[in-house]
Amino acid sequence: MNIVVCLKQVPKKDSILRIGADQKWIDERDLSYEMSEADAYALEEALRQKEKHGGEVIVISSGPERVRQSIKEALAKGADRAIHLTDPLFNSGDPAVIARALAGALKNEKFDLIFTGLQSDDYGFAQVGLILAEMLGLPSATIVMEVQPEDSGVRVKRELESGWFQWVKLPMPALLTIQSGINQLRYATLKGIMAAKKKEIKEVKAADIGFTESDAISAQSIQRAYFPEKTKRTEIIEGKPAEAAAKLMEKLRFDARVF
Amino acid sequence: MANSSTADVDFFKLDSLLSDEERLVRQSVRSFVEKEINPIIAECYEAGRFPTELIPKLAELGVLGANLPEKYGCAGMNNVGYGLVMQELEAGDSGIRSFASVQGALCMYPIYKFGSEEQRKKWLPPMAAGKALGCFGLTEPSFGSNPAGMSTRADRVKDGWLLNGSKAWITSGSVADIAIVWAKADGERIRGFLVEKGTKGFIAREVKHKMSLRASITSELFFQDCLIPEENVLPESGGIKSPLMCLTQARYGIAWGALGAAMSCYKTAVDYAKERIQFGKPIASFQLTQEKLAGMLTEISKAQLICMRVGRMKDEGDYDPVHVSMAKMNNVKMALECARTARSVLGANGIMAEYPIMRHMCNLESVYTYEGTNEMHMLIIGNHITGIPAFNG
Repeated sequence: MNIVVCLKQVPKKDSILRIGADQKWIDERDLSYEMSEADAYALEEALRQKEKHGGEVIVISSGPERVRQSIKEALAKGADRAIHLTDPLFNSGDPAVIARALAGALKNEKFDLIFTGLQSDDYGFAQVGLILAEMLGLPSATIVMEVQPEDSGVRVKRELESGWFQWVKLPMPALLTIQSGINQLRYATLKGIMAAKKKEIKEVKAADIGFTESDAISAQSIQRAYFPEKTKRTEIIEGKPAEAAAKLMEKLRFDARVF
Repeated sequence: MANSSTADVDFFKLDSLLSDEERLVRQSVRSFVEKEINPIIAECYEAGRFPTELIPKLAELGVLGANLPEKYGCAGMNNVGYGLVMQELEAGDSGIRSFASVQGALCMYPIYKFGSEEQRKKWLPPMAAGKALGCFGLTEPSFGSNPAGMSTRADRVKDGWLLNGSKAWITSGSVADIAIVWAKADGERIRGFLVEKGTKGFIAREVKHKMSLRASITSELFFQDCLIPEENVLPESGGIKSPLMCLTQARYGIAWGALGAAMSCYKTAVDYAKERIQFGKPIASFQLTQEKLAGMLTEISKAQLICMRVGRMKDEGDYDPVHVSMAKMNNVKMALECARTARSVLGANGIMAEYPIMRHMCNLESVYTYEGTNEMHMLIIGNHITGIPAFNG
């Protein structure tokens, strides 16, 4: 079974973030990057499926030179080969633009499944996977917690709200967006890291897949990026102690969500 | 648990000098340390327990003999990559790094360097896999800085060699399956002997009541008429230079390891100083605290530059043991001073097991002395400058 995993590199979780000069996004200077968490779980799931059922894991990622680090990490963990979309044109837009680039690069690949993380740790749109599925004409399932390939397709467990789950069956090829925590992540071993040096990373430019300026036009744009604005409000809860305590509990549970 | 990782201590942007593989190695070992070592290490330290359960995991990760060739089951890392492994392990605990150093640099390296192909094939793959553990017997109760004076001897007999003597301060001694023991062959040239666990007349006894390196095992080794077959002599070993070559490898790892301990202390101090409020503001806002933090970062940054340079020189094969001496001497002293400064930033909290600082400080007192004392490395550099050895009697 061949599985494509879409990876995104994002600023590290413990980064100290600054808003960029244009107020549209963060200042990317001096940041360290890592694989987006849900994508790391998607990769892990693909590697586990490969170990059970054989086949090939192909990782695909779009972004500048620094993205190679995350691609190599995936190869070190056991992915077989990689596709790196290096053209700045691919990365200039909204989820539809990036999905269009991924779709173009995957057009000639043979695969049974595509995994993406449920959503990225930076923008958190949770859209690229679904748009990509539509563009490739594939069935898709989101928030996937378990993957069971069968002869006629794939059974997947989806996470619903309030501790509910749902099993759905899809024909293959299909696209699944994977939830964080679905499995336990492995470490890239030192031998794996050294072996990854010999694995193929195919670079793809816009012209290679017929991606044009008009494909890079975004339908949505970020108007302003800013830190959460702190507001301080004091509320006195009136009433008898028992009533006030009940009201306080309600506020702690549903407003502050500390329980 | 307030163990700090080494992340983001990179003032001079040395990351840009690392290859993707080197950065990945560091990242992988760092997350291993954060997930597997940091949560248990304070408890291990207090209990005086070496966490043997980590051995298969460390082996799987590939840190045992990481810079030895792939054909013996090792990762074939370069020296900078290997150094980064040691840095991250020691950010966890010097005892765990000591275990890895001894297994790789002091046991697997001499088998690789001075052993026969049969010995390499027999020992290196299981040692890389953590299935056979090693220890290195050079230091003796009466011969520390002057190992060439050793009294352990091996005398030729009909079936091999008869080994007599004792060794002291031996990391992993009582759990080792194989001891690399250095002895004067027929009372003259120093040679290396592979002494297998269970050899008649060989006893390893654990040293108790240590106040340092409590999460690693230290032992004494005793040999009484131990019969060592000829095939267990390291054929290419000869003279004091052989064990000293091993020590150069281990000291190189220690120079990087000390950086890890220092960065852990520094990060802990920075985080604490920003959060600890006194006189209505974070103590990080006081000049005296800032002086401490700035001093630590400056010293760490200098030590990083030393490591990076020695590592690259070693990769190019263009280095001398004296370079490693300076790196070990400077970096361990720097780390110890960082630990003390960081402890003072944390005030009374600095002595608690909840923070890694006091543990690092106690560990570093051993690291300061083992693998060539600070003073001996100073004299090695003195010899390099003047051409006059100050320690040959």
